[in-house]
Amino acid sequence: MNDQVSINNNIKKNPSKFFEVIKTMVSKPSGLIGLSIVCFHILLAIISPLITPHDFKAINPSLMLLPPSSEYWFGTDHLGRDVFTRTILGGRVAILVTFFGSLIALTWGGLLGIFCGLVGGKIDDIVMRIVDAFLAIPWILAMLLIVSILGTSINVLIPALGLFYGKGIVRVARAATHDVIAKDFIVSARARGHSNFSIIWNEILPNVRDAILVEGAMRWSWMLLGFSSLSFLGFGVSPPTPDWGLMISNARGLMSFAHWAVLAPITCLSSLIIGINLSADAFAKALGIDRTTKAPV
Amino acid sequence: MNDIIQQISNLSIGFKSKKGKEISILRKINLNIKKGETVGIVGESGSGKSTLALAMMGFVKQGLFTIDGECKFENLNLLKMSNKDLEEIRGRKIAMIPQNAGQSLTPNLKIGYQIEEALKLHTKLNVSERQKKISELLNKVRLPSPETIALRYPHELSGGQQQRVAIAMALAGNPNLLLLDEPTTGLDVTTQAHVLEVLKDIAKDTGTSMVYVSHDLGAIAQVSDRVVVMYAGEIVLEGPVRKILKDPIHPYANGLLKSIPKLSLKGLPNSMPGSQPQSDKIEIGCSFYERCNISSEKCKKNSPELNYLEEIDVHVRCFNFKDLKDFNKTTEFKNNEFSEKKTSENILKLNNLSISYAKQNFIDQFLGRIKDSNPTVKDINIEINKGETLSLVGESGSGKSTILKSIAGLLKIQDGKIIFNEKDFLSDNLKARSPNNLRAIQLIFQNPDESLNPSHTVEEILSQPLKLYFNLQGQELKKNISDLLQKVRLGDFYMQRYPRQLSGGEKQRVAVARAFAANPDIILCDEVTSALDVSVQAAVLDLLKQLKKDFNTTYIFVSHDLAVVKAISDRVAVLYQGRLCEIGLSESVYKFPSHPYTEVLLGAVLEPDPDIKPRLIAEDIVEERPPEKGCTFQGRCPRILGDKCKNETPPWQIGLNGHAIRCHIEINELDRIQKKELLNGQQK
Repeated sequence: MNDQVSINNNIKKNPSKFFEVIKTMVSKPSGLIGLSIVCFHILLAIISPLITPHDFKAINPSLMLLPPSSEYWFGTDHLGRDVFTRTILGGRVAILVTFFGSLIALTWGGLLGIFCGLVGGKIDDIVMRIVDAFLAIPWILAMLLIVSILGTSINVLIPALGLFYGKGIVRVARAATHDVIAKDFIVSARARGHSNFSIIWNEILPNVRDAILVEGAMRWSWMLLGFSSLSFLGFGVSPPTPDWGLMISNARGLMSFAHWAVLAPITCLSSLIIGINLSADAFAKALGIDRTTKAPV
Repeated sequence: MNDIIQQISNLSIGFKSKKGKEISILRKINLNIKKGETVGIVGESGSGKSTLALAMMGFVKQGLFTIDGECKFENLNLLKMSNKDLEEIRGRKIAMIPQNAGQSLTPNLKIGYQIEEALKLHTKLNVSERQKKISELLNKVRLPSPETIALRYPHELSGGQQQRVAIAMALAGNPNLLLLDEPTTGLDVTTQAHVLEVLKDIAKDTGTSMVYVSHDLGAIAQVSDRVVVMYAGEIVLEGPVRKILKDPIHPYANGLLKSIPKLSLKGLPNSMPGSQPQSDKIEIGCSFYERCNISSEKCKKNSPELNYLEEIDVHVRCFNFKDLKDFNKTTEFKNNEFSEKKTSENILKLNNLSISYAKQNFIDQFLGRIKDSNPTVKDINIEINKGETLSLVGESGSGKSTILKSIAGLLKIQDGKIIFNEKDFLSDNLKARSPNNLRAIQLIFQNPDESLNPSHTVEEILSQPLKLYFNLQGQELKKNISDLLQKVRLGDFYMQRYPRQLSGGEKQRVAVARAFAANPDIILCDEVTSALDVSVQAAVLDLLKQLKKDFNTTYIFVSHDLAVVKAISDRVAVLYQGRLCEIGLSESVYKFPSHPYTEVLLGAVLEPDPDIKPRLIAEDIVEERPPEKGCTFQGRCPRILGDKCKNETPPWQIGLNGHAIRCHIEINELDRIQKKELLNGQQK
């Protein structure tokens, strides 16, 4: 009789999923461009303190509002500081805060969403209505309130942003969980008597992880914009630490005759956001989630 | 050759792989469909039968393209025509009936309107003529009171009725060729038999040619004049239905027919080793070489041509078909008995079990009560002995899966008790069950695609129960997984595979291994073979039998396939609308006397033999709720006695060997009537 179903012994080893995904992402021009921009910005944020040509906080009234030159590549601002130096340093805080902020958002939003999707019923109803109520609050006012009470240190900004941007992820994670929850492998795990935690961790999370990660990447770009807006309003990074939002805010009134002072931070901020968005889309496609035809919420 | 309606010559359809290689799904198909003829196309999933059927109406799925050959319909090559020209032909000259009629009807338009739309598109009738034609069409497909049906929405009809509407719509344009893609696959046995009856009549009355695509040899046997057997994108055998099904001269067709469980034969069918090669792996030689038992060196290197044998009017693609032993000589299956060890030790007892799906009002919800005078499942009393195989059979909606779920603790029960090992009352709340009782009962599901977590490797899947119940770690865990894989006849190298990298049969083996990992006392099998191909089904049944012997487990099977049930069960319980009708040893249930419902079910089973016709003795109406009083089966019973059946719950009557029937008709009387009718039927 046939003792072995298949005699095919030379099956190739499964390739690492991480490298597969990266490979698929860079195979399309949009993914390649997006990923390069993001990598460039992150790299720049890491090494920028080593390559700055000038001191970012050296004020010199005699050098006020100089146009770009070989000495000051992007010109100088209204206090005579080098715009190039301040621009390459200006992403550091923003990227740091929003990266960890997104991680926090991802964690609590994802877990709460999966939990609600799994248990359903009354608990789900109540939690989702609270999330809906949260969604209705204008985020910027709430953020201003938190920041003005607790201060603008990183220790406040990261959790506050994480808390606020996680509520969107709850919905995505819950919807993704609903897709999986009716499948027989969950029923099977339940019937075996696994705990809710084990079901979330072992059975659901691996299947909804992709959707949550993609959503998290999108949230990151939103959060970056949000954080820059806070800085712009003067509630983000405190001077003299360079920050794009703050730089735009400072040079905004001088735009008509010193456009270079605004142009550099704007370009950096928008290119990073575009880069993240392009990467997130390519990431989603590489994972097989089509954001164009299937809305995650 | 004027009587040929469609001529397919040298047709190859395929796709381009990522590396730019052309991979054929259909290879060099030559087939002629004659006027008024019904051709059945059989093959397992992936054999290319649906692709062929679509090509017959000039449609090639996205991503596929025609590599070579043509598909001529009345001298027009369909595959070269523009979409606009094809519109003229589709619906008017060639019509298609899809597998799932429920999904092909628009849910928010009335049936009559949808048929009228088809008529508007394909005919030049005026309004009153159209109305007349709608009734006529609905009459033709034997739908009761066409006028009222026309005013209904698709969701108000049952699956069988929806399929009939789809047939009526296809007939609207008066087509010369009708393509049917698995038209009865999702339907219940009795409904299926009725729909096939309708199709046969239509073929006879209108002279329409039909192409019937199916994996079900039973259905093919009933409707076809000619049968085409496909394997890995090739036609391997073609000829008149009797020649093909009674004396298949190709080793694949032979093996396929032998792997189907039959009502007339006892025990398990023989399984066919291996699985169909993937379309990109076929290079040289015969595509069936690896699974063939009469292959020779020649088959490895050369691909056989489709040869025509004039004396028996059969085309066959095989070098060695003459070596094949005579099919008819092997009338008995090799593995005779499914169960060997039986004890009288009671392992599970269902005591007055009732389950309700009714939504409870607020107070009852608050108090955790379930109130329903007419629950979905009611008064189930079954005792299951250790080492026994009990099957629950019935059509969809009979409550068989519901009972299984309640045993597994996944459903709240309204009333009654589930008693395990004669002492433990199993709670309907999983959290309240002891770990040992949880371990003792394991489930295997119908569809392994859904029951295995797609993001886990086989190793992770199998380690779940081992970690949970036995706390195994490290090397010990690995060794146990390896042992389990060995038990289900899979090699160690499967450990790192993901479910998507396995074939359907392999996936179901992993699911079986996972259930056995808990070393359970009872395994609940929910339609475990119905998602599998026939040749794989036999192998999985064989595996279950082996494991039963090794582990001494008790099986509770749920299935709608009466032939499979007969092959594996010691005892059978027949359910209708959540009420037991009949229960007894397998051999007594499949013999007269039987409950009228069992009789209806058994009569409708299709055998892969064109000479055994189904006996249709009851209408295939679908009832949504069981009746409030009287016999459950009163609505469809062909032997109804009158008011007694409508008002009084029938008593249990006990026959030989504990065979119990719940009917008002005296058990000996039932026996007499049924035997007499069978005899009369045979004489006709």
